[in-house]
Amino acid sequence: MDLTDILFYVFAALTLGCGVMVIANPFSRNPVTSAMFLVLTIISMAGLFVLLHAFFLAAVQILVYAGAVIVLFLFVIMLLDLKEEARRRIKIFGFAAGILSVGSILALFFKTLSNTPLTTAPSLTQEGTTEALGKLLFTGYVLPFEVVSVLLLVAMLGVILLSRKNLD
Amino acid sequence: MHVGLEHYLTVSFLLFALGLLGVVMRRNLIVIYMSLELMLNAANLALVAFSRFNDKLDGQVLVFFIITVAAAEVSVGLALIVALYRRRQSAHVEDLTGMKL
Repeated sequence: MDLTDILFYVFAALTLGCGVMVIANPFSRNPVTSAMFLVLTIISMAGLFVLLHAFFLAAVQILVYAGAVIVLFLFVIMLLDLKEEARRRIKIFGFAAGILSVGSILALFFKTLSNTPLTTAPSLTQEGTTEALGKLLFTGYVLPFEVVSVLLLVAMLGVILLSRKNLD
Repeated sequence: MHVGLEHYLTVSFLLFALGLLGVVMRRNLIVIYMSLELMLNAANLALVAFSRFNDKLDGQVLVFFIITVAAAEVSVGLALIVALYRRRQSAHVEDLTGMKL
């Protein structure tokens, strides 16, 4: 068991533990706490990306998620002034439905995993550096890249339209 | 035991299950959105792991696109939540039953 294996277990435990705290924090039902634990989840997942030699994606993960998405979440939480969340309790029907659906989808996943032969040795030729990823992005994936830029433009216009004072 | 593809996939599955649990069980729209982000991240982790262990970079390009689309989705969704909150003064799924028969 070398260092990368130990780091994998550390980051995996951090990711899953903070993920639990996002959805079911026993101390606080405040959405701000959930958002903060989501930041921790994102950052430890960036650590997992580094372990998988996806350096560019680790940086993008931190920049886009921790830097932009979570800040947007926090803005909206503070804009909406959600104070009464703590009072309501979880319904027993929702709890049962959640356990049932999650249990069945996990059973499906692990059944598939145990039935599939996997390649165990990681490749050492491909590194997810900015250069390699950029080369692939601007040669083989030019059309999706352009389509995604149009999508971002459409999302921007949609947000401007939606957040006007009178929608009608 | 050496860490292989199945370890990463297990983490990804568990994270996806956590996100699904949050979507089904929580009643706050914003927390539901955060759980959706968790599920997207689980898919990203699985894709990066597959990309690493199959010696191809295409999975990482796909993750790049998923991150972009997720950012667009979050911005539009949060704008929708804000517009909804202006009308109904609530971000709770139990209060937003306007389409119920």
